[in-house]
Amino acid sequence: MSGNERVDVLIIGSGASGAAVAWSLAETKMRILCLEQGDWMKSTDFPTNGRDWEARRYTDFDIFPNRRGRDTDYPVNDDNSPMKVANFNGVGGGTVIYTAHWPRMHPSDFKVKSLDGVADDWPIDYWALERFYDENDRMMGVSGLAGDPGVPPHKPPMPPIPLGKTGTHYARAMNKLGWHWWPSDTTIATTPYEGRAQCINLGHCTPGCAQGAKASTDITYWPLAIRAGVELRTRCRVREITTDEHGMAAGAIYYDADGKEHFQPAEVVIVACNGVGTPRLLLNSASARFPNGLANSSGLVGRNLMLHPWPMISGYVEETLDGGRAPITNLWSKEFYETDRSRGFVRGYTLQFNRGMGPANQAITSAAAGQLPWGRDHHRVYREMFEHRVGIGVACDDLPEEHNRVTLDPVRKDSNGIPAPRIDYAISENTRRMMEHGIARAEEILTAAGAKQLFCSRTALNAPGHLLGTARMGTDPERSVVNEWGRCHDVKNLFIVDGSVFVTGGGVNPTSTIQAVALYIADQMKQRLANLFD
Amino acid sequence: MADAPLSTAETRDLGDVAGTMIPADAALGVPGADDPAILDDIVKSIGRDLPLVREALAAIAQKAGGAFAAMDRGKREILINDYYKAGGAAALALGRVILGAYYRDDRVLLSLKHEARAPFPKGYTLEQGDWSLLDAVRKQPPLWRDDRKELAT
Repeated sequence: MSGNERVDVLIIGSGASGAAVAWSLAETKMRILCLEQGDWMKSTDFPTNGRDWEARRYTDFDIFPNRRGRDTDYPVNDDNSPMKVANFNGVGGGTVIYTAHWPRMHPSDFKVKSLDGVADDWPIDYWALERFYDENDRMMGVSGLAGDPGVPPHKPPMPPIPLGKTGTHYARAMNKLGWHWWPSDTTIATTPYEGRAQCINLGHCTPGCAQGAKASTDITYWPLAIRAGVELRTRCRVREITTDEHGMAAGAIYYDADGKEHFQPAEVVIVACNGVGTPRLLLNSASARFPNGLANSSGLVGRNLMLHPWPMISGYVEETLDGGRAPITNLWSKEFYETDRSRGFVRGYTLQFNRGMGPANQAITSAAAGQLPWGRDHHRVYREMFEHRVGIGVACDDLPEEHNRVTLDPVRKDSNGIPAPRIDYAISENTRRMMEHGIARAEEILTAAGAKQLFCSRTALNAPGHLLGTARMGTDPERSVVNEWGRCHDVKNLFIVDGSVFVTGGGVNPTSTIQAVALYIADQMKQRLANLFD
Repeated sequence: MADAPLSTAETRDLGDVAGTMIPADAALGVPGADDPAILDDIVKSIGRDLPLVREALAAIAQKAGGAFAAMDRGKREILINDYYKAGGAAALALGRVILGAYYRDDRVLLSLKHEARAPFPKGYTLEQGDWSLLDAVRKQPPLWRDDRKELAT
């Protein structure tokens, strides 16, 4: 095993949170190194460059690592889960392969115990994160419209994506029902922004943006962090974090692209591997001093996994809409976000209104749904569907439960022989009731929009599995893994900055909050540099 | 064997199945999925789905008593639709591979009035839509709960 020169800060993972922390800490002039198991992405490699752009969503740009199967991916045993894990391994991590929906969590999401008597409060609140949300919006480049009565005031730096025909169609239906809607905040640039080109409606944003209009940290935070002196080393897959005789993190052992083992010593280790990768790494770092995994005296590493159940309800209208010729991100509704106990559940959900699909995906999804027949009737039915599709996603709050967890799979390993994660996850009764409520409301909306042939997928094809909660934040070392500023209770130079630290998940896409929390933790570290380990 | 390329006989069987699933339509001016260029694209793009596609073809052949191509069209369509409904991962993979190739063929896309090109670099135009519809929403009171107020009481 070769040894490397010691660094001040070692960051493991270059995705949403790792990039934000690297950029924020760069101003300290400490020697900062980030290890990333994947590669840099090239915009010329993204699917919309080629005629096979839709098919690649099911191969090398699938959001599920098991299906994608790149040599930079690790397998995940999710057989015992109705939802699958979504991730991407490369510089930028999951920000390379996401829809760019950019909602913030609500203030109530941080105080669910105090307000609704369920789960636990976060040790910090929305207002502590507010300036980091704003800073992150500037760094990632957010498009949206100020004035939304559904969310706390904020001002996105770019104008919103046009409503288009599809959004106008939804808006009429929502106004008929008298329900809240608003154009979604998104990290798709609607104007030239900090060197990024504006959106030209490639219509297939999730598996990477060839135009570079969609923010991913490889084109936002990383160029600035690297210019400020941070080193980013790709194709470095970390096996374990080691500790010294004092129980402090000593560094990390990793494999390079050739499978050669290295030890990277560091004064501070920051883990940013997402809500599945982080507990996997901590559990793989078990030692004589930490026999149940690193930073796991609470037994909570890997527990409280939240995946965000996300039913999708679709239908078809007579009017020809935008189809797949624009970002899928369109509108959201916060009408049912906050708790109303008369609904039979606590907490709530965001309704996300999507645009249509390209020709092949329209056919693939409607065939899988049993709506598109084979044979002589195929063409007639397809032509009634193509560019007539409307669809609403129900982004459900997913409260933490300890039996939902990440452990190490006893059999499966990645290409370096590192044990793979195993997911055990079940949807709670509260969430099931929430899902059914959301499905019924979405059907009301689509019916008001004139849609027919309604179809509901409770765990939809290509639905996300956001990865949250598996190394939760808290002030009590027996009930949490990291403290209120991201430092592990058990190991005072080990920090966690990704979605693992979430105490609750909210009913929104989490990336905006993941990055706001990461910037908050970095800020806390900078304020405490003189006594970081006290 | 599972990873070996499709044999000539398997490719012929795949063409029979694909042509049944998506037949040519002279009125619309579209080829079937058994069109030589489309079938060639299907075969080239099977990739990681080869074991599942092979499994699907074998299952269809078994249901047809080894004589799928000899069945009349109506019976073939019933067999395929029944199989797809009950067929699980193999059926989905077969459908996905055939549809993925079929709906990128120039003739098919042009019949749908869709430009036969990759989205990048030209992109598309998205109209603004009717923003006046938002006026009704702007008048709504805040929907989000302010924890500072609720917990202060």
